[in-house]
Amino acid sequence: MTLKLGVPSKGRLKDGTFQWFGERGVTLSLAGTYREYSGSVKGVPGVELVLMSAGEIPRELQGGRIHLGVTGSDLVRESLLHWRTETEEVAQLGFGHAELVVAVPRCWIDVDTLDDLDDVASAFRQVHGRRLRIATKYHRLVREFLKENGVADYLLVDSQGATEGTVRNQTAEAIADLVSTGETLQANGLKILSNGVIHRSQATLFQSRQAGWGTSEMAILKDLRTRLGS
Amino acid sequence: MTERALEAELTRIAAAFVDAGAEMVEPPVLLSARSLLDLYGEDIRGRAYTTRDPLAGELMLRPDFTVPVAQMHLDMGREVGRYAYSGKVFRTQETGATRPSEYVQVGFEVFGDHARHLADAEVFSLFSSVLEPMRLRAATGDIGVLMAAVLGLSTTDTRKAALMRHIWRPYRFRELLDRFGGRSPIPTARAELVEHARRIERTPETGPVIGLRTIDEIEARVQTLVDDAEAPPIPSNEVSLIEEIVNLREMAPVALSRLRRIAESLPGTAPAVERFAIRLDTLEANGVDTSALSFEGSYGRTTMEYYDGFVFGFYSDARPDLPPVATGGRYDALTRALGGDGAAPAIGGVVRPALMMELS
Repeated sequence: MTLKLGVPSKGRLKDGTFQWFGERGVTLSLAGTYREYSGSVKGVPGVELVLMSAGEIPRELQGGRIHLGVTGSDLVRESLLHWRTETEEVAQLGFGHAELVVAVPRCWIDVDTLDDLDDVASAFRQVHGRRLRIATKYHRLVREFLKENGVADYLLVDSQGATEGTVRNQTAEAIADLVSTGETLQANGLKILSNGVIHRSQATLFQSRQAGWGTSEMAILKDLRTRLGS
Repeated sequence: MTERALEAELTRIAAAFVDAGAEMVEPPVLLSARSLLDLYGEDIRGRAYTTRDPLAGELMLRPDFTVPVAQMHLDMGREVGRYAYSGKVFRTQETGATRPSEYVQVGFEVFGDHARHLADAEVFSLFSSVLEPMRLRAATGDIGVLMAAVLGLSTTDTRKAALMRHIWRPYRFRELLDRFGGRSPIPTARAELVEHARRIERTPETGPVIGLRTIDEIEARVQTLVDDAEAPPIPSNEVSLIEEIVNLREMAPVALSRLRRIAESLPGTAPAVERFAIRLDTLEANGVDTSALSFEGSYGRTTMEYYDGFVFGFYSDARPDLPPVATGGRYDALTRALGGDGAAPAIGGVVRPALMMELS
């Protein structure tokens, strides 16, 4: 039996993952040309490399079609309601750091906390006759976070990209998005609320609890974990 | 549980509601997501199933009957109405929950009956009699008492409005009460802003003015914060009284005497407490043993956001793991929220027959 390891097929996440495994004596490599999405693993016998979109890795882990997978922890938490029971963190890979945050215009000098945001949402609804809009693609994480913090009278609007621009374009009043350096926020006249960090994300190696874990798979995993030091 | 037994139970309960003067209605299963979102906010998305229609846009499978029935009543332009219904509701379940996500409810709603104490007692007694053979425990509450207490506090209207807005979010309500009562400190950034705003006329420029919220709105809120910082804290005895109401759990007659004592110090509460007293008398006259009726000051605060008066639920003591077999309450403010002319009296409730079958 082989252990299936899902790895992002392109971009920084892919390069970082290849490097991280390589530094630990586990060489991931692509077969044939760089356009071909199949590859191999050297250093630990019995591991099969599966390249796929980072966004699909949570779903594959959930379905147990891969045993292990590398993706951003934000994606796992957003797409898997039961991420705590369906997956387990094997290792945090120490790159791809980003924070999912709630941000508002810097000109809102009266808003620093979620408490302020809630208060403003109430006033906004009275003045404008509709709910304050928060643009995001992380609907579930944001909704749960705002509910826990007692923020009401807002509406989530979907934004799959260029979310920082939505406030200037007047399609939202605030945003909740992944931020790494904060430069894009700054350039778009936004600031992060002081208690507005929803999740600190990084590239993480997850284990699926749904996949078939027989004695041979467990043995391969043990081998791999020893190699990775995790 | 057989399908046939469940059908028979549905028919029996619906017949009891029709005997009480209700006409059977069949509200749609697909509701406009917009009106539900308007009413409940984003939280509803965590509870209801959302779907899309190429023409009508976003729709939701009905998470309850109350809203579509109230909407039907408003659309018919009637003053008064009594309705019964029977059908499925659809709710996404929380993490780890094992309850079904679609189940049948049979319900009864009364609109426009201004003799509120009579309608309260009638609806409670009706549900009580429908559930009679089950030997369930009834829990009651009255959100109107807590609302009256909040409105009667010696503090600013802004603070009262903030507390009223979070009546249905107990955790946040508690946080605000602590802040307004001077028990928790003002956040540093806010204190600094208030200090700054007091010293100079205009507020500092910190970034480009973007978005729909205007400079006027921002400055108005800064002024509100300054005013709030200058307002004295809510007196500690009043904060304690609110806490006493929120934590109250007694049999109804004891609860009444404690609420009457609270109303001596918080006179704004008195009319709501007397309405509670009249309701108890009426229930007693209807044959309900009120000395065995439990009353909870926070009952109904964590359920749906529209209850604003008498609330009740029927529970099995043998199976505390199960949700209530029946729930209901008064929701006068809902018709206004749905676009009616004003708050019209409304009360109703639902039974979950599948739970009755599970218990018997």
